[in-house]
Amino acid sequence: MAEHTPQVEADRRPTVIADDLHIVYRVNGARTGKGSATSALSRILRRGEERGVRKVHAVRGVSFVAYRGEAIGLIGSNGSGKSTLLRAIAGLLPAERGKVYTDGQPSLLGVNAALMNDLTGERNIILGGLAMGMSREEVKERYQGIVDFSGINEKGDFITLPMRTYSSGMAARLRFSIAAAKDHDVLMIDEALATGDRKFQKRSEERIRELRKEAGTVFLVSHNNKSIRDTCNRVLWLERGELRMDGPTEEVLKEYEKFTGK
Amino acid sequence: MTAAPSPDEGLTAERLAARYGLAVSGARPSLAEYVRQLWGRRHFILAFSQAKLTAQYSQAKLGQLWQVATPLLNAGVYYFIFGVILHASRGMSQDVYIPFLVTGVFVFTFTQSSVMSGVRAISGNLGLVRALHFPRASLPISFSLQQLQQLLFSMIVMFVVAIGFGSYPGPSWLLIVPVLVLQFLFNTGLALIVARMGAKTPDLAQLMPFILRTWMYASGVMFSISKMMEGRSELAVRLLQVNPAAVYMDLMRFALIDGYGASNLPPHVWAIALFWAVVVFAGGFVYFWKAEERYGRG
Repeated sequence: MAEHTPQVEADRRPTVIADDLHIVYRVNGARTGKGSATSALSRILRRGEERGVRKVHAVRGVSFVAYRGEAIGLIGSNGSGKSTLLRAIAGLLPAERGKVYTDGQPSLLGVNAALMNDLTGERNIILGGLAMGMSREEVKERYQGIVDFSGINEKGDFITLPMRTYSSGMAARLRFSIAAAKDHDVLMIDEALATGDRKFQKRSEERIRELRKEAGTVFLVSHNNKSIRDTCNRVLWLERGELRMDGPTEEVLKEYEKFTGK
Repeated sequence: MTAAPSPDEGLTAERLAARYGLAVSGARPSLAEYVRQLWGRRHFILAFSQAKLTAQYSQAKLGQLWQVATPLLNAGVYYFIFGVILHASRGMSQDVYIPFLVTGVFVFTFTQSSVMSGVRAISGNLGLVRALHFPRASLPISFSLQQLQQLLFSMIVMFVVAIGFGSYPGPSWLLIVPVLVLQFLFNTGLALIVARMGAKTPDLAQLMPFILRTWMYASGVMFSISKMMEGRSELAVRLLQVNPAAVYMDLMRFALIDGYGASNLPPHVWAIALFWAVVVFAGGFVYFWKAEERYGRG
């Protein structure tokens, strides 16, 4: 089912290889619905290998090879394991079984987790840049670019205010601007397109196209079939953690749309 | 499913990866490489610790003034309970006992809060661990560094109290620097150890306060070990005195307080201080690194 035409035969260098990848989350204290102390105690007392731990098998035996120059869309219903798969490719989630081989260090577009709401936008730009692995000089160099791109200062000097005072749209814009300031080898985008107002969306789509050109391989997770069509030439369709289909965008999307009843 | 072109046809994933020089994603780097990566992230480690420190009091009206006010209030409470109500000074004069107590409280708090934040360093920052790449040891190290900066603020209070009770700055105050360096190394090692344990068993964060409180009462924060243990066997006194928390506290008091002489220190105290710092830091670092590829699993 995956007879997609390679773009340039000679240039088919693999950048990401997933080999029978399994990812399992372990959730503490979620075995039974009851959260009471007595049920927790009985769980501990009950003999068993993993007491009180529930396993969630999020990705089940996914294998594929991605090549340089490909833009790969990941589709599937909510909870089908798309984001988990991305994190595993990035080496952020340890695999239960199987392996992921990559060329260079794939990076996830996003710095949300490193930013602190109590700090000013200014300090968050520096912190976020450093967290993504930029040097101090690089951050200094790109600082003004990030501020301008985010458009935070268009309505006054907001960058020197704590981030908790921003509207949700403004905060999302700043987060995207920081995340998109770095170039990547293998770039992974998790529904980052839908942030901010119309004007900012256009600007960020443009920036993602730029990043795509610079990056070797791009992965995009999105529920918006249009943005998948616009950016990707290959699509992986995940359902319940299994790879249901892998092929050229149009072919897979047609099947997917039939499946979702659109 | 792979649809590989002819030369790569039939290769296993492993062979294909080897052919094009692909590496296993998320594999643990060698120890030397790990140290190198960590050094590359030094600016992030420092910025993260400072950010945490600032964010702590950013909602309060008095703002960063709390950096100094919190330790001062702490010292006041301990003085009221142990100095005024319980008379734990045991023959020490007020001029010695109050700086003795304040120094003990601050120095022990440094270790205590490094361990407490170390336990949650990975388990409390799973979002960060699952979103970005960096050597995970950055987190516990950064939290210890935050506590060191907090202690430097507390030192202001410590100096004021010492001077207020007649211990004036002298050459012995220079000893504060090596003591701080050694204690910081020890704390960081300890934070790295509990960070790995806390990543596997988050329940440790609930248990830790009790362990730390026991440790505090056994380390002579509010009383002098040698005076409290008078009449007990020499061995018991020595055992309590070589406990790392007691060693760093006593060295700091010795450096700072005029009336607290070398007679209060166990023999070979500097060697013991160095031993704890090097062994716990190196051991903790290697222990943490050994599980590097496993952090982030839910």
